[in-house]
Amino acid sequence: MHATLDKESPFEPRLTAFVCNWCTYTGADLAGTSRLQMDANVRIVRLPCTGRIDPLFIVKAFERGADGVIVSGCHPADCHYTSGNYHARRRFAFFKELVEFLGLPEGRITFSWVSASEGQKWREVVNDATARVRALGPFAAYPGTALPSFPAASPADAAKGAAR
Amino acid sequence: MQVVIGWEEGPRGVRPAFVTDPASARGLVFDERCTQNLVPYLSPRRTHVARLGRPAVVVKGCDARAVAGLVRETQLKREDVVVIGVRCGGVVADPTSLEALSPATVSDRCPGCTAREPHLADHVVGEMPPPPPAGSRRDARIAELEKMEPAARWAFWQEELGRCVRCHACREACPMCFCERCVADKTQPQWVESSPHPRGNFAWHVTRALHQAGRCIDCGECERACPVDIPLGLLNRKLAQVASEQFGHVPTDDPAVPSPVGAFKKDDPQEFIL
Repeated sequence: MHATLDKESPFEPRLTAFVCNWCTYTGADLAGTSRLQMDANVRIVRLPCTGRIDPLFIVKAFERGADGVIVSGCHPADCHYTSGNYHARRRFAFFKELVEFLGLPEGRITFSWVSASEGQKWREVVNDATARVRALGPFAAYPGTALPSFPAASPADAAKGAAR
Repeated sequence: MQVVIGWEEGPRGVRPAFVTDPASARGLVFDERCTQNLVPYLSPRRTHVARLGRPAVVVKGCDARAVAGLVRETQLKREDVVVIGVRCGGVVADPTSLEALSPATVSDRCPGCTAREPHLADHVVGEMPPPPPAGSRRDARIAELEKMEPAARWAFWQEELGRCVRCHACREACPMCFCERCVADKTQPQWVESSPHPRGNFAWHVTRALHQAGRCIDCGECERACPVDIPLGLLNRKLAQVASEQFGHVPTDDPAVPSPVGAFKKDDPQEFIL
């Protein structure tokens, strides 16, 4: 996993992706089985539907040390539960406007629709989101308060987290 | 009805009155000091009020939207409450200041009010007074904040929210915050840290504002109840602007109009989604 991390960059962001089980998770799986190379900065949390994603999940991810968040699910009209993504779309319209009004920079949160057949698009979403967050730098909004419980991928990663 | 919830003269201006004896109904008043929204007393959580019996509540046009909200969200049956409406010419932001209504003292939400006639009411009292004085700076303040760099805006809000002592008075004063168990009180898992810390404060204020998105009736009680003067009205107003601009929703006293987060259109705007 770490082979693809950019060794030149002094900062490697950590992103949490909240994805729906039926489209984006399957799309990400397709990207993997297709052996697409992409940034390894994203940790995926699989949920039944984008309608299950409480905006508090995103707030919590930032609290626990994420530098960026991706939220992704089925395209409109493709929801496995008919309307979960339509409800989520309204909820995130409000959430996005609110956190930006509170001063969170625009690139920290990425919303996308990625279907089960769009492994290539998932790769682009991941690479673009990682690049945006890398450019923004670490999310140091609460300096010195990052909790130690964000799942680290390796001892080296954990050491990096402790150093922040 | 067995109890009338209204306003009466108290030692420091007006205060809520719970009239159970018809003779004391003469003590009820309404003027520009009646800023407080009395609809929170109808919430099923207020068992001490419910014990007084079937209520009648005195509402301004803006407060009537809270009655509609409770009916819309099945917290209240419309036939279980008698609504007495008063025609309103604006209220002062801080009734304890005992200052007269003027452009300097008027509540920020009053200028341009479209709810001065309480349509929902069973009985309407009084003549229509002149419209409230103009001069709200709220929308201008939001535009001003939006022009700032995100980092400066973040610093502004961190300072404002940093004063929060997490007393949850904003929640208690709100007519639309009626959950029996609030997510902020849950500990397993604890979604919102309970101590007054930047993390928990941010999570709480995001949660409170979002849960009011499209539901807030703009009575201003959260901001008035706040002991450390956090401008919560700006957050509520910002989300009301989103509801209006993106989903065409304005606060209403018609219980049949769904709230924008409880409904959707297939062609809702989605420019922000890749």
